[in-house]
Amino acid sequence: MQVNEYKPLIVAFCCNWCSYAGADLAGNNRLNYPADVKIIRVPCSCRVNPMFVLRAFQRGADGVILCGCHPGDCHYTSGNYYTRRRMTLLFSMLDYLGIERERTRLEWVSAAEGAKFAATMNDFAEKIKALGENKRLEDLRCKK
Amino acid sequence: MQRIGVFVCWCGTNIAGTVDVVAVAEALRNEPGVVFSDNYQYMCSQAGQDLIKNAIKEHKLTGIVVCSCSPRMHEATFRKTAAAAGLNPYMVEIANIREQCSWVHKDIPTGTEKAIILGKAAVAKVNLNTPLTPGESPVTKRALVIGGGIAGIQTALDIADAGFEVDIVEKKPTIGGKMAQLDKTFPTLDCAACILTPKMVDVAQNEKIRIFSYSEVTEVSGFVGNFDVKIKKKARYVKEELCTGCGACTEKCPMKKVPNDFNLNMDTKRAIYIPFAQAVPKVATIDPDYCNMLKNGKCGVCSKVCTAGAIDYTQKDEIIEEKYGAIVVATGFNPISMDKFDEFAYNQSKDVITSLEFERLTNAAGPTAGKLLRPSDHKHPEKIVFVQCVGSRCDACNEKGKEYCSKICCMYTAKHAMLTRDKYPDTEVYVFYIDVRTPGKNFDEFYRRAVEEYGVHYIKGMVGKVVPEGDKLIVQASDLIANKQIKIDADLVVLAAAIEPDKSARPLATMLTASMDTNDFFTEAHPKLRPVESPTAGVFLSGACQGPKDIPETVSQAGAAASKVIGLLAKDKLTGNPCVAQSNEMMCNGCSSCERVCPYGAITYEDKEFRMPDRSTLMRRIAVVNPAVCQGCGCCTVVCPSGAMDLKGFASEQIIAEVDAICK
Repeated sequence: MQVNEYKPLIVAFCCNWCSYAGADLAGNNRLNYPADVKIIRVPCSCRVNPMFVLRAFQRGADGVILCGCHPGDCHYTSGNYYTRRRMTLLFSMLDYLGIERERTRLEWVSAAEGAKFAATMNDFAEKIKALGENKRLEDLRCKK
Repeated sequence: MQRIGVFVCWCGTNIAGTVDVVAVAEALRNEPGVVFSDNYQYMCSQAGQDLIKNAIKEHKLTGIVVCSCSPRMHEATFRKTAAAAGLNPYMVEIANIREQCSWVHKDIPTGTEKAIILGKAAVAKVNLNTPLTPGESPVTKRALVIGGGIAGIQTALDIADAGFEVDIVEKKPTIGGKMAQLDKTFPTLDCAACILTPKMVDVAQNEKIRIFSYSEVTEVSGFVGNFDVKIKKKARYVKEELCTGCGACTEKCPMKKVPNDFNLNMDTKRAIYIPFAQAVPKVATIDPDYCNMLKNGKCGVCSKVCTAGAIDYTQKDEIIEEKYGAIVVATGFNPISMDKFDEFAYNQSKDVITSLEFERLTNAAGPTAGKLLRPSDHKHPEKIVFVQCVGSRCDACNEKGKEYCSKICCMYTAKHAMLTRDKYPDTEVYVFYIDVRTPGKNFDEFYRRAVEEYGVHYIKGMVGKVVPEGDKLIVQASDLIANKQIKIDADLVVLAAAIEPDKSARPLATMLTASMDTNDFFTEAHPKLRPVESPTAGVFLSGACQGPKDIPETVSQAGAAASKVIGLLAKDKLTGNPCVAQSNEMMCNGCSSCERVCPYGAITYEDKEFRMPDRSTLMRRIAVVNPAVCQGCGCCTVVCPSGAMDLKGFASEQIIAEVDAICK
C-alpha cells in the first residue's frame, strides 16, 4: 500500500450559471471525482483574470481548469468568447515558458452536464497526477 | 478587522456522513478574523437560523461563513437570516461542502480535509467583503408570452386576469398550437376543440391581451423588469383590421394544390387560407410561396372577391418594438422526423402514419371528416397496429431518436385504440409496447379500460420491421411474454413518434440567454423548487418547452408561470444585484477598453474635474458604470489595463484570497 501518495492541487474556476451548477448536479447525482479539485465560484468565466491563474501556479497549484457555459449559451451573452481568447493566449504563453499544456484546461460544462463535469475532473486530475508536481512556476517565497 | 462567525451544517447525514463537521468547525475557529464557530444539524431550519441570529448579536459579528449546501440552494436563505439580525446580507459567504464535497467524496478524512480548505477559502473571502446595497430599477408592468398553444394561452389568460397587459407572439397564423389539431383528450375523452376554442375566444376578447400572430421575436435586450423586444410581424398580405374572416377568398382562390400543414399535409388548401374554422384571429393569410399574384403578378382573384378590401399584395414585414417586464417561453414541441426510421417504412407507405396524423384522421374537421380511412386507398382499415416508443427511450439509437421518455404516447395510444374500437368494433387493434406508463390521475384506469372493456391487444415487445406487401403492411415483431416472433398483416400502422422541443427554441434561448439541456429543453432555475423559472431572471417557462408534458400538466404549469409573472409585475421597483462593476476614478485613465467589452452598454464616460495638490484643477475622462444596467459578469475588470475596474462581491482581491487559501 502506498503511504504518501502524491495528491495534486487543482484549482477549478466555475462560472455561476452553467459550470458551478453542473458541479452541483454532479453532487446531486453522487458522481465521484478526486477531492484534489477545489472549486472557486465566479459570476462568469470572463471574470477570471489571467493573473488568478498565474497566482494559483505561483502558490503551488499543479493544475488550473476553467469551466464556463457552452459557446452561445453564456448567461452574459459573450463572456465565454472573451475567456476563450484570453486563455488560449495565456495557455500558449505558459506553454512557451515550459508549463506543460496539460496543466491548464478550458472546458464548457452546462448546468445539465453533471456527468461531464465529473468525467472532466477525473480526467484532468489523472493527467495532472501523471505530470507530477508543478515546480517551474511555484514561487518558493510563498512557502513558509 | 472583521469579526467572523463560522456555522457548519450537518445537513442530517448528507454532510456529516462524509465530513467530520465538529473537526471542520474547530479547524476554522483559528482562522484570521474568526471569533465564533459552531455546528448544527440543520442550519437552514428555524432553530439553525436562530443560532446564527443570536451569534451575530451576541458576538457582534461583522461577517459570517456558512459551510453547507450549494449557495444556489440556500445563499438567499442565509442572507435573509443575516439581514434579520441586522447584518448586511452581502457579508455572508457559503462554503459548498455538500454538492461539491460530501456528496462526491467517499471517505471521512478526505471529505473533512477538503471541507476545511473550502471553509478557509470562504473565510478568506469574507474577510475582504464590504457591505453592499442593491440599487433599484422600475418594472414595466406588461408581459410577453412567446407561443400561442395551450401553455401560452393559459399563461396569458391568468396574467390578464390579474389585471396586467399581455402580448402573445405566435409564429403561425392562428393561436391554438398542437391542442387545436387533436381530436379527443385523455383520460376524459372530451373533445380538444370543445375545451380549447372557448379559451381562444377568451384570449381574443380580453382587453388586456394582444395577439401578434404570424410573428416572431427577433431580438431581446435589457433585463428583468425592463426587457426591450423586437417582434417581426410577417407580411400576411391581408390587412388584419379589415379582414372579417368570411372565407370568400379561400373558396375562390384558383391555387388549390397547397399542402395543408394543419392537416400534416394529408390534404390541400388554397394559397390564401384560414388554418381552421375556429382560428383566432380569424384572418386570412396568403402563402407567398404558392400565390400566383405574389410570384408572377397574375391573378388577383382574392382581392376581387374581398368585399372588405382587406387584401394588400404590397404588405411588408413589420418590426414592432415593445417593452416588457417579464417574458414567458411557451414554444412547445413537435413530433420528431420519421425519416431515419426506415424499418417502419414510413416513407415507403402512405398507410404508415404518425400519431398526430392519426389524430387528424379521426378529427371531424380533418381531411376525412372524421372517418377513419387509409390514406392510400380510402378504405376502412380492419387491422391497426400501434407502435409505442418510436424514437423515445432510445439509448442505442442516439442519432435517430431521443434518450428520454416522451411521456404522452402511452396515454394517447390507449386513447386512439379505445376510440377506434368504440367507433369501429369490427376493427382489430394491436399495441406494441416496452412498458405502459400511466402515472397520472385516472390514467391507469383509462388504460385498463382499453384492455379490459375495449379488447385492445397489448403485446409487450418491439416491432422490428414493417414491410409493405400488396395493400397490406406486414408487421414483424417479437412478443416478449409468449417469447416468440409474430407477424401481423395490418392495414394501418400508427407510430407513436417521440416529441422534441420546437426548432425555434434554440435561437430563442440564445436571445434570452436562458440555458437549455442537451435535448434543447429549457432548464429550470431549480428542478424541484423553481420549476417554472429559467435561471435568467424575468424569463419563465410554460409547457412542453421545458420537458414532455400532457395537457393537464401543461395547464397547471402555465398557471404557475403566470403566478410568478404576476408576483414580479406587482412590484413597483425591483432591487437589483449589488454585485456590479465599479471603477476607481482615481486610477481610471479613460481608455475605453471596458466600454468595448461590456455586453450591456452599462459603461459610459464623463469628464470629471480633479483637484490637484497645487490647487489647480484638471479635467479627466473617466469610466462610469450604470449599476441598473450592469449585470455583474466582470468582463471589464479583466481588460482594464490600470486595474481601476473591479467587481463588487467578486473583487480581484477576494478571488486571489480564495486562491491563496486553497493553495496554502
